[in-house]
Amino acid sequence: MADPRAVRRLARNPAAWVSAGILLVVAVACVVWPAFLPASLGEPSPNQYAPPSWEHPFGTDLNGRDQLYRVLTGGRISLLVGLCGASVSLVIGAAWGLVAGYAGGWLDAWMMRFVDVLYSVPRLIFILIAINAFNAQLQSFATGMGWGWLVQSSRIAILILTLGVIEWLTMARIVRGQVLALKSRQFIAAAKVLGQSHAGILLRHLLPNLSGVILIYLTLAIPAVIIDESFLSFLGLGIQAPQASWGSLLADGAGAINPLRSFWWLLVFPAACMSVSLLALNFLGDALRDAFDPRG
Amino acid sequence: MGLSLLRRFWGLAAVLFCVVSITFFLIRLSPGGPFDGERKIPEAIERELLAKYRLDGSLWEQYSGYVGDLVRGDLRLSTKYRNRSVNEILAQTLPVTLCLGGVAFVLAAAGGIWLGAFAAMHRHTWRDAGAMFFALAAISLPSYIIGPVLILIFGLDLGWLPVGGWGSWEHLILPSVTLAAPAMAAIARLMRGSMAETLQQDFVRTARAKGLRETAVVYRHALRVAVLPVVSYLGPLAAHLLTGSIVVETIFHIPGAGGFFVHSILNRDGFLLGGMVIVYCVLLVAFNLAVDLGYGLLDRRIRG
Repeated sequence: MADPRAVRRLARNPAAWVSAGILLVVAVACVVWPAFLPASLGEPSPNQYAPPSWEHPFGTDLNGRDQLYRVLTGGRISLLVGLCGASVSLVIGAAWGLVAGYAGGWLDAWMMRFVDVLYSVPRLIFILIAINAFNAQLQSFATGMGWGWLVQSSRIAILILTLGVIEWLTMARIVRGQVLALKSRQFIAAAKVLGQSHAGILLRHLLPNLSGVILIYLTLAIPAVIIDESFLSFLGLGIQAPQASWGSLLADGAGAINPLRSFWWLLVFPAACMSVSLLALNFLGDALRDAFDPRG
Repeated sequence: MGLSLLRRFWGLAAVLFCVVSITFFLIRLSPGGPFDGERKIPEAIERELLAKYRLDGSLWEQYSGYVGDLVRGDLRLSTKYRNRSVNEILAQTLPVTLCLGGVAFVLAAAGGIWLGAFAAMHRHTWRDAGAMFFALAAISLPSYIIGPVLILIFGLDLGWLPVGGWGSWEHLILPSVTLAAPAMAAIARLMRGSMAETLQQDFVRTARAKGLRETAVVYRHALRVAVLPVVSYLGPLAAHLLTGSIVVETIFHIPGAGGFFVHSILNRDGFLLGGMVIVYCVLLVAFNLAVDLGYGLLDRRIRG
């Protein structure tokens, strides 16, 4: 992980610096800025479909809500779902790949065959069904437990879990490949000879050596989860109004474009924010991969 | 060869059975029946309706009955679009979706392979960097950004192409480009890596030493080997395109299966949803089988 040559390669890559800077700006803006804006901006007002002006830099939407405020708070949800969903996928994928690679033999064959099958099935379609199947149950569960916060954001919780459950496949493949390469190294043989348990070898010896790879694919999984979330929200099956994410804002924006009058600001600003963030994340992931694995 | 094919068919059947079961139970698990509406239906009528759609009896009876019907090729009636069978709806909408997906598939594969080979030929030059920037941008931008932006530019501002609908070949251009762009970019990145690796192999040096032109070396000799990782990506690619077409059909108002898919979830139209999931999965699994067989034909090394 802390290979100094890799860190130096990364530091010399301008694309990595620019991407990291952009991401920092977007994240801070989404998380902190809305706290300093009056909350009334997010409430409906009679000022419908106002074009961008000094008062409303991104214009206003159908209900007269300030689009800048909506984009920032929507970004909060998109980034939150992306980060948490990618972490869920990381845990599943890393565990799956570790066990498959370390165990080898028929267990490995079956586990990877399962991954292959999932790869070729339209997974998002199952998620569409699962979200709608489980949401009401989680809500009644949360109501029963008296967890008010979960009742409100049950949709987000479901999205995080289900998207994490479908985006782990690449991680599992990569981790397994690395484990296969590491398994035959001498320090693993030494640990075995010294009587270290299987769990100890997996957690204390293999996992630390995988942290670089895991970090790279975490960076690449976040944009994938954000795209999935916005796909669902675009279809109206993800985040529900009045909450918004970049995907649902894009859906509103795409609906506001027609040959008679196009309210372009409803589409262009969420699209720009989302694409800049996704591009930066993908560039950063690529730069990390180039730095840690120059052959790839 | 025959034995492995037989085994693959068994695997296919197992996957389909799992898909059917998961879909059925997920739909039945979700609260609310297909006939819940604003008004409460009288109980006697609801019982009649449930009996007509064979939704009465225990969960196990419903499940086994459904699987039995599926084996006979009957996808049952839609509970929302009364008196239309799922078979009928699919027969009307699926050709549209497949036409769009097919065009996008060819576009993505051909464009991606060309772009990747081009970038690998000019590795570490501005051409390479430009092509790869374009590819990364296309991966990062989902179709619901690319689609509306294309409509805004080519449909509304320039007025060259129709903004939506279905009928002539002009209607096909914007949706298929929108659908193909991310897949094309993914293929281009894959192709670039594998082509760059292939170009360092011995047989390429021999071809160059014979005095062949560089384009002949790349496109006639190296391409045949370098394309193999792309071929194995075609299965996941088809899955991406089928999922993506749901959104693209919504954006461009195309009367394909995608719209019915979304509405069947919102309307709790279980049999329509189940039928669509099953048909999609059959298509994909069969396609994957074809890809695997094609892979064996292309790569003599793994032919057993």
